[in-house]
Amino acid sequence: MFTRRILIGAVAALTLAGSAGGVFAQDQMYIPLISKGFQHQFWQAVKAGADKAGEELGVRVTFEGPDNETQVDKQLDMLSAALANKPAAIGFAALDSQAAIPLLRKAQEANIPIIAFDSGVDSDIPVATAATDNIAAAAMAADKMAEALGDAGKVAVVAHDQTSRTGVDRRDGFVNRMEEAHPGVEIVAVEYGDGDHLKSTEITKALLTAHPDLNGIFGTNEGSAIGVVNGVRESGAQGITIVGYDSGKAQTDAIREGLMAGAITQNPVGIGYETVKAAVAAAKGETVEKNIDTGFFWYDKSNIDNPEIAAVLYD
Amino acid sequence: MSATDTETTGGKALRGAAQQKLLAFASLIALVIGFSLASPNFFQVSNIMAILQATSVNGVLAVGVTLIIITGGIDLSIGTLMTFCAVMTGVVLTWAGMPLILGVLTAIATGALCGLISGTFVAKMKIPPFIATLGMMLMLKGLSLIVTGTKPIYFNDTPGFTDIAQGSLLGTVLPAFPVPNGVVVLFLVAAVAAWILSRTVLGRYTFALGSNEEAVRLSGVNTDAWKMAIYALAGGIVGIGGLLIASRLNSAQPALGLGYELEAIAAVVIGGTSLAGGRGTILGTLIGALIMSVLTNGLRVLSVAPEWQTVVTGAIIIAAVYADQLRRRTAS
Repeated sequence: MFTRRILIGAVAALTLAGSAGGVFAQDQMYIPLISKGFQHQFWQAVKAGADKAGEELGVRVTFEGPDNETQVDKQLDMLSAALANKPAAIGFAALDSQAAIPLLRKAQEANIPIIAFDSGVDSDIPVATAATDNIAAAAMAADKMAEALGDAGKVAVVAHDQTSRTGVDRRDGFVNRMEEAHPGVEIVAVEYGDGDHLKSTEITKALLTAHPDLNGIFGTNEGSAIGVVNGVRESGAQGITIVGYDSGKAQTDAIREGLMAGAITQNPVGIGYETVKAAVAAAKGETVEKNIDTGFFWYDKSNIDNPEIAAVLYD
Repeated sequence: MSATDTETTGGKALRGAAQQKLLAFASLIALVIGFSLASPNFFQVSNIMAILQATSVNGVLAVGVTLIIITGGIDLSIGTLMTFCAVMTGVVLTWAGMPLILGVLTAIATGALCGLISGTFVAKMKIPPFIATLGMMLMLKGLSLIVTGTKPIYFNDTPGFTDIAQGSLLGTVLPAFPVPNGVVVLFLVAAVAAWILSRTVLGRYTFALGSNEEAVRLSGVNTDAWKMAIYALAGGIVGIGGLLIASRLNSAQPALGLGYELEAIAAVVIGGTSLAGGRGTILGTLIGALIMSVLTNGLRVLSVAPEWQTVVTGAIIIAAVYADQLRRRTAS
């Protein structure tokens, strides 16, 4: 009996401690964000943006995500728990859109607006999607590449994916902008390396062999960009202008060393901020823009340590 | 060997086992009451159903691994085996377009076969269970990725597949209790496993192997064969878990599964089953699995920061096992 009392006491104490931490103000609007993760630096930056918006708008924001991006069922459990709390609106970055549809329908029936963030949800249930405009971001990469080459030369693209939305948008954004605004720069090849360091390295070396007069290469995500850097380094080619995407230690190091001209970084803080802002607006019944561009930045050696840029880079 | 081993047969033991279940059950009730008082949103039909739904997969895995733990073994491969069974179901249903029942049988057969292989490693090749099933865990993880080409297999072409876990037969009869089918499956699996443990020869040898394998062998029993049978049975149960998660996600997610074995083992331990073998109950495991998901859901409903949720869950596991230790110390 003695031990049972101890256990019950401990459980009750923990429970109360938990509820005390929550500080419930029932009239305050409650907006949970269910993300793809929470430990990664990228997601911590999204959370920081969400918290900032929560403070400014006077709403209670929580941020949760599974331990890794494979745990689709855990994410659904989180969404269920969030729905139980009758939130004003929910921010959701789906690990698997299809698996989440039954719960999203439930939210829709309960009149809880869903704001998709990061990569979006493959469904018409979300009232808005807060994500990076990859086409515009890749176009900026094209402008920077052309600028570095003096609007003349030959470039290649090492893309991460031929089918995913981000892969297609970044490739097309870069290629189309180059053709329209910088006719002096010729795109000689677009290759796909699955965002895999090693594959992208091999592709880069093959490109340099096939086109000895190549002036620049664009890598469309972290893995591709690092592969391009490695390939250029291993082949010993000189004077190649490399433009990358996202951050990560290998890429920021390459930029500091001068091996890479610069890269596009998404704005995770902006993603979190805009998601909460749109959620509040949707909960109040205001119309929200269907596609919210959360912004992006160009960074290179000159501004990599600026506080504004450093805040959105991760290692 | 010691007092713990005789507990399962002695009169004192029955009292001990009953006390342990009572303790675990009391903690579960205390948690539910605590969370209900802390948040009005916790004790709602839809949230209780969400908790049960979240318990179903972990519960089935935990029931399977309970059998192995009672023999004094361990199975680290159950998480990735669950995924592999889901993947094979996807191959049969979506790629080969076979009827639903064959998909169900494939999941169970794949699980049982892989369990039999693990059992062979342990019983015939004398590889310690921890190592044998660690190897299986990695092999199965890799095989799932290879078979699928790392992309999920969806079940959109198999009508009724999502109903296996998500539908509610009970809800059509009793609209007030829309208990998901997955939960009913969990309780059925648990009932069958409990029956096997308490009423069959296989169950008796399961306990005997965990208590004193050498004595069982010396009395002329083919311990290797029984052990392999138990691993195969546990594997078949894990196959049902694979079916449930595939149905719940309407897809076989090949990268999923790592870490699920530890959650199942945690549920088993909270339920009072000894990792040293020879002692344990299915009802305890079921309660253990429910405690885990009530805790996870409750902390979420209270909006406790995710970092703290992990800390609290860890503390509860320690507290549960320590309470069990204290009880048995005072009992002996």
